[in-house]
Amino acid sequence: MSNYSDPRADTSLKLCEHCDAVFRRIRLDPGERAYCPRCGTELYRNNDRRYGALLPVVLASLIVFICCNAFPIVTMEIQGVSTRTTVWGAVRVLALEDMLSVSTLVFVTTMLMPLVELGLLAYLLVPLWLGRIPAGFGPVVRLIRLGRPWGMIEVFMLGIVASLVKLSAMATVIPGVALWAFGALTVLLAVVVSFDPADLWEHAEAIEAGYPPAAQERP
Amino acid sequence: MNPVRTAEQAGVMECPQCSAIHPRRRGGSACDRCGAALHLRKPDSLRRTWAFLLAAMALYLPANILPIMTTGTLLGSQTNTILSGVVYLWQDGSYFVAAVVFCASIVIPIFKLAVLLMLVITVQVRSIWRPVERTRLYGMVEAVGRWSMVDVFVVALLASLVRLDALATVRPEPGAIAFGAVVVLTMLASMSFDPRLIWDPLDAHDKQA
Ligand SMILES: [Zn+2]
Ligand SMILES: [Zn+2]
Repeated sequence: MSNYSDPRADTSLKLCEHCDAVFRRIRLDPGERAYCPRCGTELYRNNDRRYGALLPVVLASLIVFICCNAFPIVTMEIQGVSTRTTVWGAVRVLALEDMLSVSTLVFVTTMLMPLVELGLLAYLLVPLWLGRIPAGFGPVVRLIRLGRPWGMIEVFMLGIVASLVKLSAMATVIPGVALWAFGALTVLLAVVVSFDPADLWEHAEAIEAGYPPAAQERP
Repeated sequence: MNPVRTAEQAGVMECPQCSAIHPRRRGGSACDRCGAALHLRKPDSLRRTWAFLLAAMALYLPANILPIMTTGTLLGSQTNTILSGVVYLWQDGSYFVAAVVFCASIVIPIFKLAVLLMLVITVQVRSIWRPVERTRLYGMVEAVGRWSMVDVFVVALLASLVRLDALATVRPEPGAIAFGAVVVLTMLASMSFDPRLIWDPLDAHDKQA
């Protein structure tokens, strides 16, 4: 694939996505961010230092994601009777209650989109780590950015906490494994979404140009 | 007024997907780095935003008037709308949950609808009023939009947990569908809006001066 093999793709400038002002890119120190002086929008940031941690974080997120869905979130007990639920249980109950649209919404935002984002990131990062560029690099990066707003694990986490507080008034509530897993996933995904997948372009182009993956630090 | 160089003055445009810089005449073609479509502005931005926004506003009424869930216990059953649910939670002493649901389900949706309406109107009339503040409001709408989904998740979790037939049940009601649709539609509206349209009349104004 030659359409992205040009490491000279012009990225010397940066346009503000909110006000269309043009700036010359300057090298930032790790952790620094550049803001638009005209409207205050963040223009770009330097994630180099944490870049190496992205693949382990993505793989850890995938494992935690499985725990989130394999175990009950919470068990509730009233007078000796107990019920428990998983995310899938909630999706199924809504579908049974003639709430197919809401059921789909919950499924897409808490299961499908997080899984798609993590899966696609792993699909990109594992070959990049091995020094290869996976097929369909461009479309996959675009797909990740397209799906990102619809993954809502952190909002779901707040929903779990609110439900627990409400339930604890009427019953004995026993936290399940998935509750802690969701807490961990919220933190891991916060790290994942602090990376713009578009930044992977520079990494991929460095590999194509023959630099070893470790030498991604630009001068 | 502003000494900042704009993309038009520099004769460049940026690929929205991979940040590659292209000459402005490339608008309408595909980025040769990543294959994304290159547009100077989000295509049909105002018309799409209007459409999603009007649909969201139309559904906002049923979302608030229709009940979102029915809670049944040994003591009888109670059907709540979003607002009556918040009041019920508050009287019940669940101040934390009441505050969370109030912010996510009432404050944020109203804020989003009001800001988006103000933005499409001011852009439509090519206003040059307070562009920095309007851009900042747009950024806030983008950032907070997703949190409105909390109540939908709470209904889903309660409905699947509280199924102790004789003792207690929670049943979702049609208001949850309307409310979920409002959240999705306002997210689509804010995604379709192009904040650069706020600045276009200003830049044109500067050019004439
Ligand atoms: Zn700006
Ligand atoms: Zn591109």
